[in-house]
Amino acid sequence: MNDGKATNGAAGAKKRFMYVNRKAPYGTIYALESLEVVLISAAFEQDVSLAFLDDGVYQLTKGQNTTAIGMKNFSPTFKALGDYEIKKLYVEKESLDERGLAPEDLMQITYEDEDEDYAEKPLIHIVSRSELTEILARQDVLFNF
Amino acid sequence: MPTLHTINKSPFERSSFASALNHLLPGDALLMIEDGVVGARKSSAFAGRLEAAAKTCRVYVLGPDLAARGIAEKDVVAGATLVDYGGFVDLVTGHDRTQAWL
Repeated sequence: MNDGKATNGAAGAKKRFMYVNRKAPYGTIYALESLEVVLISAAFEQDVSLAFLDDGVYQLTKGQNTTAIGMKNFSPTFKALGDYEIKKLYVEKESLDERGLAPEDLMQITYEDEDEDYAEKPLIHIVSRSELTEILARQDVLFNF
Repeated sequence: MPTLHTINKSPFERSSFASALNHLLPGDALLMIEDGVVGARKSSAFAGRLEAAAKTCRVYVLGPDLAARGIAEKDVVAGATLVDYGGFVDLVTGHDRTQAWL
């Protein structure tokens, strides 16, 4: 009916999707469910980023050992996000501070930048609360976990 | 007749942790489990309240839940004792009642 509309419609549009993570892992299922949806979304070639604030920052702590609680430690999965073209993980600095955490307490997560001779670059960006507020405001779609 | 208080929610997410602290009697025991262990991290905004409670009550943290969240033993507030699941059971049987602050 309208070829122009079809090509410019939802199928061709690239949107900014942000996954907002505010819960600690393991106590509830939110963190794992978010990661599952993020991985699914990677198949749709959208501009995907993740935000970690409040207790969500605990999803990225290094040294997680879930052996004794009998649950799967899914934190290593975050290290695969770069391979799915998901390269922006924003962590709110104030949330770390309030919890006695420092950036050094988080996992080292990198991706290989194919545009720069596969240089290893960090996926995690520590941002202030006001910076994160602005990043949120730039998104087309927000998914909240 | 001491009471065991268990807390399984982060103090940063719910008011139940604060409610637990507000209802502790001297000699009671407080046990942090599940997301409640987030409150045991030293130098957090909540640590001062927990350290104050530890002066009149016994404070325990479930080690397996700390480990799952990447919180090292050395990073737990002063005055808190780590227990395993066996220690959890001992605390329950060693008190007259358990108040679970869900």
